[in-house]
Amino acid sequence: MPDFLLEIGLEEVPARMIAGAEAELGRRVQVLLARERLLEPKAKVTTYSTPRRLAVLVEGVLTAQADTEEQMTGPSWKVAFNDGAPTAAAEAFAKKAGVAVSALEKVATAKGEYVGASIKRHGCSASELLVAELPKEVLAIYWAKNMYWRAGKPERFVRPLRWLVALLDSAVVPLEITGIAAGNASRGHRVLHGDAPVVIASAKDYSEALRKAFVVVDTAERRQIIRKALDKATRTVAGVRWREDEPLVETVLHLTEWPTVILGDFEPEYLKLPEEVLVTVMRDHQKYFAVEDSEGKLAPHFLAVLNTAVNEEGEAIIRHGNARVLRARFKDAQFFWDFDQKTPLTERVESLKNVTFQKELGSYYWKTEENRRVVKNLVNAMPGVNWQPPDWNVLDTATKLAKADLTAELVKEFTELQGIIGGLYAKAQGLGDKVRDAIYDQYKPASTDDKIPKTVEGQLLGLADRVQTVTAMFGINMAPTGSKDPFALRRAANGIIKILAESDVPLSLASVLNAAAMKDANRQQLDDFFRERLHFYLKDVRGFRYDVVNAVLAEDANDVRSAIKRAEDTTGKLGSPDFLAVSAAFKRIKNILRQADEKGYAHGNWANIKADEAKNLRSAIQSLANEVAKLREQRKYSEALALIATLRPTVDTFFDKVMVLDPDESVRGANLALIAGVLSNFSGIADFSEIVTS
Amino acid sequence: MFRLQSFWADRGCVLQQPYDVEVGAGTMAPETFLRVLGPKPYRVGYAQPSRRPADGRYGENPNRLFKHTQFQLILKPPPVNVQELYLESLEALGIDLKKHDIKFEEDNWEWPAGGAWGVGWQVMFDGQEITQFTYFQQCGGLDLDPICAELTYGLERITQVLQDLDSIYDIVWARDPETGAPVTYGEVRFAEELQFSVYNFETADVAKLWEHFNLYEAEAKALLTQANSLLESESASGSEKRRFPLLATYELALKCSNLFNILDARGAISVTERVGVIGRIRALAVGVAKAYALQQAA
Repeated sequence: MPDFLLEIGLEEVPARMIAGAEAELGRRVQVLLARERLLEPKAKVTTYSTPRRLAVLVEGVLTAQADTEEQMTGPSWKVAFNDGAPTAAAEAFAKKAGVAVSALEKVATAKGEYVGASIKRHGCSASELLVAELPKEVLAIYWAKNMYWRAGKPERFVRPLRWLVALLDSAVVPLEITGIAAGNASRGHRVLHGDAPVVIASAKDYSEALRKAFVVVDTAERRQIIRKALDKATRTVAGVRWREDEPLVETVLHLTEWPTVILGDFEPEYLKLPEEVLVTVMRDHQKYFAVEDSEGKLAPHFLAVLNTAVNEEGEAIIRHGNARVLRARFKDAQFFWDFDQKTPLTERVESLKNVTFQKELGSYYWKTEENRRVVKNLVNAMPGVNWQPPDWNVLDTATKLAKADLTAELVKEFTELQGIIGGLYAKAQGLGDKVRDAIYDQYKPASTDDKIPKTVEGQLLGLADRVQTVTAMFGINMAPTGSKDPFALRRAANGIIKILAESDVPLSLASVLNAAAMKDANRQQLDDFFRERLHFYLKDVRGFRYDVVNAVLAEDANDVRSAIKRAEDTTGKLGSPDFLAVSAAFKRIKNILRQADEKGYAHGNWANIKADEAKNLRSAIQSLANEVAKLREQRKYSEALALIATLRPTVDTFFDKVMVLDPDESVRGANLALIAGVLSNFSGIADFSEIVTS
Repeated sequence: MFRLQSFWADRGCVLQQPYDVEVGAGTMAPETFLRVLGPKPYRVGYAQPSRRPADGRYGENPNRLFKHTQFQLILKPPPVNVQELYLESLEALGIDLKKHDIKFEEDNWEWPAGGAWGVGWQVMFDGQEITQFTYFQQCGGLDLDPICAELTYGLERITQVLQDLDSIYDIVWARDPETGAPVTYGEVRFAEELQFSVYNFETADVAKLWEHFNLYEAEAKALLTQANSLLESESASGSEKRRFPLLATYELALKCSNLFNILDARGAISVTERVGVIGRIRALAVGVAKAYALQQAA
C-alpha cells in the first residue's frame, strides 16, 4: 500500500495563518482520497508545516480505485426489441449505458421484463486522480490575506508557490499548481543548508530527509525543541525562569525551521520603566520572552528564538545585535515616559478636544463628558443597601482622566497600552492607587477570557465607557451587521455582561442602558442586541445548553447574575425524570392554550372544575405556589425546581384522565384557567416548555 | 551603498539618482509610483532621502530621524528567486549570513493617500528590521498586472548594524585617508535634524503652508481636468497625448503631500480634518495614476 506525500513550498507564510492552513490541507487531502475511494481504512494522515512549507503524508493510499460494475435498467423488453430486433429505444439505451446493443440483457422485475445493461468501470489510478483533483483543493485553502504574483493574475494564494513535491512512495505524481510542476526535490534551510535541492527518495523519508537539511517539519517537535531550549538558556542564570507565554511560543514556532535560543541581557536601570512597557516591547515588538525571578518580578534578561544554528562567535554577534535593538527600544520608551511627565494628565484633558472619538459624535473630550454623565447615572441607579458604594471622588477623577493618555507620546508609540499607561501616569502623578486602578483596568475584560476590573470604580467606569459607546453608535446607525462590527460593539457589550456577571455591582442590564440613554438611540434595538449578547455569554462562554438558555431568558433577560444562577440550577435538574416530565407537561400546556386561543375559547373560573384529577392539580398548585415563590425570591432556584418537579404525578394523571378542551364551555373554561394557573404560578425561573425533553 | 547599487546594476537594474522633490518614502518617487503601472517590465534602484516631519526629534533621539535614506528597488515583474537575490545582496554588503539570524516576518504595507497596498515582510536581522519587502498589488487605485516586488533597505539602520552602533549619529560616514579621523553622520546631519524639527514643530507658518497647499492643489487639479479630457478624447493624436505634462502634475501632488506632513507635524490638522485632506491628496495621486495609465496606452 503506497504512501502519498505532498509538500507545498512557499515563500514565508505569515505565522498567524500557518496552523489553520496546515490542518485544512490535511482535511482536504483526506476527504478527497476518501471520496475517490483511494483511502485505506486504517490510513494515517500526518501534517507538517514550517514558514516555507505545508505538507501532508498519507500512509495507506490505494494504487488505484477498485473496478466497479453497475447495473442499469432501461425500457421494457417489449419496447426495446421487436421480434428480437432492436428498436431505436434499445439503441438509445445502449448508447447511454456505453455498451453494445448485443450486450443488453433481459432483466425480470416485478413490473415485467426490462432491458438491462451491466456497466464495468475501470478504476482510475491514484496518480491520475491526484493530478486532476488535488490542485483545486490546494488552491481552495483559506487565507486571511491573499496575493497575486503571476502575470495575467491566474490565481491568488497567501504567498508565491515556489516548489512542489508530490510522491506516491518514490514515484513523482505529475501535479501542476500555479505553473509549478511537482517533483521529488524539496528545499532545506535557507542559510544552514543553502540552495541545493533536498531529494526526497520516498514519501515516508520526508521528515528525516529534511532534518538533514536543517528543517524540523513537525510542529509538535519544534514546539518541544523551543521549550527545552528556553529552559536550557534560562538555566544559565541563577534563580530565574522564563515567563510562560503560550501564544508567543506558537508565534515563534511558526517563524522558525531550525529553532535555537539565546539569552541576552539589558541594563538593570531600565527595570525602572513599568513592567507593562518592558514586556510589550519584548513580547509584541521583538517576540522575545521575558525572564522573571522567583517572585515573578522581571529580571534584566531576554530570550530570543532564532531560526538558525550558530557557533559561539555567531551567537555572540546575534546576542549583541538583539540586545542593541532592545536597548534602543527601551531608550525610546524612557525618552517618551520622561517627556510625557512634563504635562500631567489633568492638563491633557482639554487637548482631547482635538482628538476625534467619532466624526459624527465628537471628540474624546465629548466622550469624557458623556462618560461622566453615565457614571453619575449608574451610581444614582444603584440601591444603597447591602452594598459598599463606590468612592465618588475616585470614580469621577478616574472618568475625567481615563482618556487623557491618548495625547501622550508613549501611547502613540504603544497604542495597545492606552489606559494602562494612563493608570501608571495617574499613580506617578500622585493621584493614588484607586484612581490608578480604575483607569488602568478600564478596558478589562479585553476578551471573554480576561478578568474584569478589580475595583468597583474600575467596574463602573468600564460599564459606563462601553454602554455610552454602544448607545451612541446605535444612535448614528452604526450597529453591527452580520460579520461587520468595525467599532467592536459586540465585544463592548460582552464586556458589560461579563462585568455584571462577575462583579457585585447591583445593576440590571436595563438600568445600565437607562444610564446611557440618548434620544436618537432605538431602545428596542439596543435591548435586542444585549439580549443576543447575553444569550451568547450563557451559551458560548458559560457553556449552558441552548434550550436551557432559551428557557431562562424567556423569563427574564435583564438580571445577568440571576440568569446565570437560574441556568445553573435548571441544568442541575436535567437529569431528573420528574423535572423533564413536568417540562414536557408545560410544553403541552402551552400548546393547548395556544389552540384554545386560536379557537377563541375563553378562560373561565377554576372554581368550576369538575374532575377529581383536576381538583388534585388545583390543590397541588395551591399548596406549592407560595413556597415556590418564596424560594424564587431567595434565589434558591434549585429547591424551587425540586418542588415544581413534585407536580409530576398529579400533572401526568390530570392529562391522562381529563380532556382539557371539554365540549362543555364552563368545564373547558375552568380547565383552561387551571392549566394557565400552572404556568403563572411556576414561572419566573425558566420557561420549561423550551427544555428539550426527548 | 555603492556595493548595493553595483549588485543590483549587475542584475539589470537602472540606477537612478534620488528624486529631487520632497517625498516621505521612495515609493512616492515617480520611478516607483508611476513605473509600476501598466504592463511594461522595469527594474530600477535608487537611494531616496525620505522626509517625515512628525518623526523629527531635534536630533536628541539616537534612533529617530526626520529625514532618513532609503535604498529603493523595484523589480517588475519579480523574478522567482527574488528572496534569494535579496539575501545575496546582503552578502554583497559584507554580511556573513551564517553568523546572523534572519527572518521574514509578515508585514503588509499600504499608502492610503496613494491608493496603494501590497503584502510582504519586514526582514528582521538579529532582531532589527532592516528591509521592507512588498509585493505591490495596487497602486494609484489601479490593480497591477504584472505586480512588482519592492525592496526598501533602511540605509541608516543597516549601517548602524554593520558598524555596531547605539546611535545613528555615531555612524562613520567617511575617514580622512591620512589621519583616519572619522566624519560622522552627526557632524553631517545633526544641524539639519535640529533645525527642521524646530521648523516643522514650531515655526512653520501654518497659514502660508495652507496657501501653498491650496495653490499646488489648484494647479494640479486644473491640469488633471485638462489631462482627462485630452486623454479620453478620440480626436487627439497619440503624440498630443504623450506630451501632456502628467509628470509635472504628479510633482504638484507630491508638494501637497509634503505640505500636509508639515502641517500635521505642526499640529495644525485636527483628526477630523485629516481624513478630508488625505482624501484631497488621494484624489490627485489616484487621478495622475489613472491618467498616466491612459497616456502609456496612447
